[in-house]
Amino acid sequence: MRIGVVTFPGSLDDRDAQRAIRLAGAEPVALWHGEHDLHGVDALVLPGGFSYGDYLRAGAIASLSPIMAEVIDAANKGMPVLGICNGFQMLTEAHLLEGGLIRNEAGAFICRDQRLRIENNSTDWTGGFTDKQEITIPLKNGEGGFIASTETLARLEGEGRVIARYLDVNPNGSLNDIAGVTNARGNVVGLMPHPEHAVEPGFGPDTAAAMRSGVDGLAFFTSVIERALVNA
Amino acid sequence: MPTIVVEVMPKAELLDPQGKAVAGALRRLGKTEFTGVRVGKRFELTVEGPADAALLAEVQELADTVLSNSVIEDVTDVYVLEVAAGETH
Repeated sequence: MRIGVVTFPGSLDDRDAQRAIRLAGAEPVALWHGEHDLHGVDALVLPGGFSYGDYLRAGAIASLSPIMAEVIDAANKGMPVLGICNGFQMLTEAHLLEGGLIRNEAGAFICRDQRLRIENNSTDWTGGFTDKQEITIPLKNGEGGFIASTETLARLEGEGRVIARYLDVNPNGSLNDIAGVTNARGNVVGLMPHPEHAVEPGFGPDTAAAMRSGVDGLAFFTSVIERALVNA
Repeated sequence: MPTIVVEVMPKAELLDPQGKAVAGALRRLGKTEFTGVRVGKRFELTVEGPADAALLAEVQELADTVLSNSVIEDVTDVYVLEVAAGETH
């Protein structure tokens, strides 16, 4: 399986996403925002960072990039697309996901290992988790407050489209402690914390077992590979 | 050269963390007469030709789709900036 990672001006975690894809067992393909070519990939990751310096709104200018026309078209045809942090912001700006992300309630950039509960393990990116599984992956954002209108929020909750919720503390003021959401089809997922930083022992969050041994993020990437094998 | 101004504000019902931080600073300065602060954006679009109805309609469209995100913001005003020759605004 080949999974594309789109690099935008200001992307920071594109190589980390490529590394996570490799460790999960797929082939990462580097894609460039300025092209109109997905190079025949089977799935896509929009990585974290500060594309265009968060000018206008976080993710807004990147969502208008040339390659986003192909990303939107592929997503609407069912290709799995994962947006992490800034990638999540791009997906809301591109209207592939509902809701929006605003500056953290406390006004500060927050960087910590964050406990989450997986709320929907039937999407293309979360199928490898058990129901209500609790995981810990790094969180680092300044504009991670998830908001939506009352009607949209009720629909997202009613349709099980909240895929992960913050545990212990709500780090950014997100409504209903929402850390990630999916589209109706379950192929497009946006997540504010960073699974690509918890994929290899020695480089992940601390666990009770050992320092930096946490690899809870890996299942996002193995999930999409397993889903592709089932569908093949 | 006409300039068209677009003003965008965070939605009134949403928390505006930036405004909240500024309000906190004013309070610490002893400026207790201000009960709230909200921070918005102002865009100035300059054109060579006349700012006619068709252009204003186009700017309104861009204001709604690109310059603002209706999930989190409202376009509060779109207008042509009137500056007489030689006058500083």
